[in-house]
Amino acid sequence: MNQVTDDIRTRLQQDIWRMQGQRPAKDLLAGKVALGPILEAFPHKVFPTGAVHECITKSAASTAATTGFVAGILSGLMYNSGPCVWISPAPLLFPPGFCSFGVEPDRLLFVQVTNEKERCWAMETCLQMEGLSAVVSELPDLSFTSSRRLQLAVEKTGVTGFILRPGVGSPQATACTGRWQITPLASYHPNGMPGVGFPCWNVELQKIRGGKPGTWQLLWMDGRFQERPAASVLPSQTRWRKIG
Amino acid sequence: MQRILAIWFPHLLAEGMIRRRPHLKALPFVLAAPDRGRMRVTAASIPALSKGIYPGMAVADGRALVAGLTVMNAEPGQSQQLLTALGYWCIRYTPTVAVDGSDGLLLNISGCAHLWGGEVPYASTIQNRLKAFGYTTRFAIAGTVGAAWALARYAKQPVVLAPSGEERAALCSLPPAALRLEPATIERLQKLGLTTIGHFMDRGRSILRRRFGVGLLDRLDEALGWKAEPLQPLQPVEPFQLRLPCLEPIVTRSGIEIALEQLLDMLCQRLAKEGKGLRKAVLNAYRVDGEVQSIEIGTHLASCQLRHLFKLFELKIDRIEPALGIELFILEATQVEKARFSQEALWHPTSLQDARLAELLDQLAGKLGQGVVRRYLPAEHYWPERSFTTAKDLAEQPATHWQKDRPRPVRLLRHPEPVEVAAPIPDYPPMHFRHKGQLHTIKKADGPERIEAEWWIQEGEHRDYYVVEDETGARFWLFRLGHYSGDQAHQWYLHGFFA
Repeated sequence: MNQVTDDIRTRLQQDIWRMQGQRPAKDLLAGKVALGPILEAFPHKVFPTGAVHECITKSAASTAATTGFVAGILSGLMYNSGPCVWISPAPLLFPPGFCSFGVEPDRLLFVQVTNEKERCWAMETCLQMEGLSAVVSELPDLSFTSSRRLQLAVEKTGVTGFILRPGVGSPQATACTGRWQITPLASYHPNGMPGVGFPCWNVELQKIRGGKPGTWQLLWMDGRFQERPAASVLPSQTRWRKIG
Repeated sequence: MQRILAIWFPHLLAEGMIRRRPHLKALPFVLAAPDRGRMRVTAASIPALSKGIYPGMAVADGRALVAGLTVMNAEPGQSQQLLTALGYWCIRYTPTVAVDGSDGLLLNISGCAHLWGGEVPYASTIQNRLKAFGYTTRFAIAGTVGAAWALARYAKQPVVLAPSGEERAALCSLPPAALRLEPATIERLQKLGLTTIGHFMDRGRSILRRRFGVGLLDRLDEALGWKAEPLQPLQPVEPFQLRLPCLEPIVTRSGIEIALEQLLDMLCQRLAKEGKGLRKAVLNAYRVDGEVQSIEIGTHLASCQLRHLFKLFELKIDRIEPALGIELFILEATQVEKARFSQEALWHPTSLQDARLAELLDQLAGKLGQGVVRRYLPAEHYWPERSFTTAKDLAEQPATHWQKDRPRPVRLLRHPEPVEVAAPIPDYPPMHFRHKGQLHTIKKADGPERIEAEWWIQEGEHRDYYVVEDETGARFWLFRLGHYSGDQAHQWYLHGFFA
């Protein structure tokens, strides 16, 4: 009896997900995006590709942290897949910097558009093309209607979209699948070596359709996301040391 | 069989002047230019001509003949200007139009006249349009440039049609001047009583050459079609050019779309047959009022896909102002390349040489402007701003490796921003720095990494870069400009943000 109820519950849950525009688990390229502990929060325990994610940032440093985090995800999405389009208002991205996150910068196509409406149009057009692995765009003033349009576009093609929203205080409701907020954390070095170590972030998944939101501390090391060891393990860095 | 239309404007300058100043129409007036210390008539209006004034006459004599003669200064080069403008206007009737001397036009109308229902309606259409502009014209259509030129100027009727191959009969009764000869030769022919071309046409070639020089024979051969005489078209004819004349002037968007689709269909079929693809194309719309509207598209990968090219043009159709209507569309492929029909994309999903991707980028570039889509390749420079270059196209591969052994930020400021710092010891990273009024206390730092300004490219001091991390965990790329020397303060800059 209990078995039957569980089956029905699973089926109903999958129906709901399908109606919400999410793909069934077998369609997803399982294991491509290794987000470490965060995978537990997603439906089917797989990073939702073919969806639109928004990332809220509040300062230049957190925008840079978000760029790194998204680049880390992109390295998984672009592996054995099409190129990625990155739409930004100003030429502030530094292509050689993407190497450290496992992305070949010559496979990124940068589109530079000042007008936000045109950026939104460009993103929608790119999302409508199958064969791209992901589209990233900076859209601070994303409205519900535009987010809905973007969501409809990805449901058809299965391209993953990321929207960076710098300088947004309290965002309104959008139709995006996930809402992230990434802030930088003190870097980590496994042996407690001096100097700046591997980048760490505080990743806050504020909203995820069909999943459980939460907060994690992540570390990018050896070309993949890992859980950051607890703070007590970190050596104290109070004294000034000679470096370089 | 080639057909040439010669148009002669007997009163080009005077009628051009009347077109600009209509009140002169009924007045006797002359255009005059200084010549060896006297004012000489260069052109005269029809009322002035009827009173005995002729070009070349001294203006003083003219004033004696006609009381109250209006004299205006002739502008040098005016006739060329008028003819060039008229020539461009004539391009709606044929693609090959050439300016002929100072008073005529030559049109290669081979294969054009049937669109207007034959040579007679074709010629009368053009003549009536020119008459509406105020120009008196004489037309002749013949198989050679020489014959058409001669018949336009020396035949009795205003419109002459000489069938190809029968130039001989048509030229027989014309005076020798119709052969465009040197004045000295004409004079000698006249002295010998040879007043028509027929008089000497059949004489032995060696006799003619000995008596009148090789020029006469050349001109005769050109007029009879034994020697080729190429035209110098005003606008070089594009090899991939298609024309669509409209019966009724087109004023609606859907009309333009239909015309464009027809033209593109023909062009794409031709390109596909020759294994070529289009990189740049222009659509010119000739309006009834003489204006030309044009829209241009470019593609990232040579393409002959009708749907894709149509989509690119569609984004720009609203830039065409039809006004009173468009009577002719010309689609021109200005840049054509050999199409790379490769199946690579099928086997390698990571390849950038995908037609769909190129089409997407064309669409973006078409709407947002050329050059908005960029792809970067590594360049062999350490100086951060020069460490990458823009790729020419999607096919270009990196010539060198991306530099992966040094820390590089993901975001770089376009111009380094000066920051205030407190550095404890020379050649040490700062303890804290202030950027945009906010104080960052540095907890961890790496460096310095010294990068020289490459002197062969740019003069300037080197930079000592430090990777620093503040108390919140934010990571920055700072640099100090130049060497440390005890007596002066150093400028520090913030250049980038690490993830």
